[in-house]
Amino acid sequence: MDRVPILKIGDILLVSIQVDLQDHIALALQEDLGDKIVATSARGVLIDISALEIVDSFIGRMLSTIASISRVLDAETVVVGMRPAVAITLVELGLSLGGVRTALDVDRGMAMLAASTEVRDDELEPDEHGAIDTVSAPGD
Amino acid sequence: MPTPVVVESGEIHEIHTDADVVRVRQAARTLALSAKLSLVDQTKLVTAASELARNTLVYGGGGRATVEVVRLGPRRGVRAVFVDEGPGIPDLDLALTDGWTSGSGMGLGLSGARRLVDEFEVSTDVGTGTTVSVVKWTR
Ligand SMILES: Nc1ncnc2c1ncn2[C@@H]1O[C@H](COP(=O)(O)OP(=O)(O)O)[C@@H](O)[C@H]1O
Ligand SMILES: [Mg+2]
Repeated sequence: MDRVPILKIGDILLVSIQVDLQDHIALALQEDLGDKIVATSARGVLIDISALEIVDSFIGRMLSTIASISRVLDAETVVVGMRPAVAITLVELGLSLGGVRTALDVDRGMAMLAASTEVRDDELEPDEHGAIDTVSAPGD
Repeated sequence: MPTPVVVESGEIHEIHTDADVVRVRQAARTLALSAKLSLVDQTKLVTAASELARNTLVYGGGGRATVEVVRLGPRRGVRAVFVDEGPGIPDLDLALTDGWTSGSGMGLGLSGARRLVDEFEVSTDVGTGTTVSVVKWTR
């Protein structure tokens, strides 16, 4: 296998990493996800790492980079399913996974993404109702 | 007289591609299981092996790893030795500093691997190459 498959469910992209990732496949996944977020206007990315037996500094950096890329493209990333032994090892390795949101499992990750997508939809509402709201908003 | 370390089984893996790094991880996992390391200790050893194998590939220009089940008296462990004939490490203290990289990594491979194992040794000579040896013992 030379690509990790990316599934689209509603406005969320789901990546389930099922193999021991070679470094160049991890890099390809970063790029593919960026392209796919733009192509599908996805609002969220869910990365399931429950099958991963280790996360080393390379995979850790990939997860942080994916979170940064998706933030710039206006999508949220949640990493789910990290095994306890992997989490313990990551901390000792010295990786902080800066900027990466995590959840215990796919269901909770989906709920997290749904919640943050809703909040942003609320924020958008004034625009949808026309210019009046926007004009009266500042300084009030 | 000190008890000698007995090598119970072992494998040698060449490291020239990303796929070889994955094979070294898998060999370390298999031997860690057969040495009966705890799940957390297996994970720590395999993670350290992954970091060191990648360094052998990226900075050492390729090389090889020997992964062995070893025994010292009643204790079993896994030893992994990474050897390359690359440029060597000019300033080892610097290379072992968290966050320091001469390339584009996170600078946590050497320093992090050292924290994850029970024994950690580097011998390196500029122009000759680098050998990193780690051991994780059962508790
Ligand atoms: N086998 C090696 N041969 C030569 N230099 C090495 C080797 N391993 C590590 N180094 C040097 O040590 C530095 C730190 O390594 P490491 O902690 O793994 O961080 P990173 O791989 O992110 O650079 C590397 O950037 C490199 O300069
Ligand atoms: Mg490294």
